[in-house]
Amino acid sequence: MNSMSEKINQKQNFLKGIIKDNPVFVMLLGMCPVLGVTSTAFNGLGMGIATLFVLFMSNIVVSLIKSQIPAKVRIPAFIIIIASFVTIVEMVLEAFLPVLYEQLGIFIPLIVVNCLILGRAEAFASKNNLVSSLVDALGMGIGFTIALVALGATREILGNGSLFDFRFLSEDASTLILFVLPPGAFIALAYLSIVFNKVTAKTS
Amino acid sequence: MEEYILIIIAAVFVNNIVLSQFLGICPFLGVSNKLSTSVGMSGAVLFVMTIATLVTYLLYQFVLVPIGLEYLRTITFILVIASLVQMVEIILRKVSPALYQALGVFLPLITTNCAVLGVAILALGLEDTSLLKAVVFAIANAGGFALAIIVFSSIREQLELADLPEAMKGVPINLLIAGLLSLAFLGFAALV
Repeated sequence: MNSMSEKINQKQNFLKGIIKDNPVFVMLLGMCPVLGVTSTAFNGLGMGIATLFVLFMSNIVVSLIKSQIPAKVRIPAFIIIIASFVTIVEMVLEAFLPVLYEQLGIFIPLIVVNCLILGRAEAFASKNNLVSSLVDALGMGIGFTIALVALGATREILGNGSLFDFRFLSEDASTLILFVLPPGAFIALAYLSIVFNKVTAKTS
Repeated sequence: MEEYILIIIAAVFVNNIVLSQFLGICPFLGVSNKLSTSVGMSGAVLFVMTIATLVTYLLYQFVLVPIGLEYLRTITFILVIASLVQMVEIILRKVSPALYQALGVFLPLITTNCAVLGVAILALGLEDTSLLKAVVFAIANAGGFALAIIVFSSIREQLELADLPEAMKGVPINLLIAGLLSLAFLGFAALV
């Protein structure tokens, strides 16, 4: 009985990051990479997975050593933990996926200051056990990745006539180039969040 | 001299840090509901960004590069910025209570302002970068941030009276306005 209710809890814990507390559409966390790297769906996916990895690892570490960290220095301690994993991501991407590393550019080191990650460390992992923190990180990370891919796909389809580099309009078809330019990021996200608001308002 | 003017124009108008590089979006959307708070935030960003870039530039060129620890850049910079913000807060409270009153509440928010870390890293990649260039670059970017957030908050203040559809209220309309502003700044693209 007890393990049953625990399971349901974990399911809710996982799902909240994707819909109810979606980091991008609802909580507006980590907006810089959301807008900055989503000119294509692939870049969005790459950034989403990189963030998911850092969030996952830092939630694990924070949850494991939470009782050892003095309350007064907890934020700097969290930042060092996060920055270590970001450095790992940076080095791995540079070595194995140099093209993606080029494309994401400055936004890779800036994962350190993604308020989503610090926010989950502070609000969740430092107060909950390992399993819940793992599930929370997965939910939030996947919710973040979905938002990035959705935005990247919208912008790539409208602006470039392709999806994940698969072209369905010819090279010289006229597309809405605006959407791959900076203003398109704001405008596409604005309309996506209107749709998200509409849908969640209807279902709840 | 000419290249410094180019750096300034490029940073403020052409590659505006908020509207075309997407750095510092959190404070841009978060504290821009009143003109007075945006001015305060801009002041705090100018202050911290300039000092942070100065310190991180020196640290990178004279400590990390000579001992071959460039890969520790991210971790070092964020620590320096976080402790710098604390230090600035303490010093400001002692030295200039008036300035502290004006900027105080914004200072803790700045640690997670990606614009500060972003500019510190970007300054290392400038064409034949030098200390002076890095600092000019930081000041210019802070100016670009101030321009964007002040224009944005003036529009938002007007918008409070507008009658909007329910689903558009809050985030979507702010993003749309930011998009239109960004579109306007795109017009500067051919300038440099």
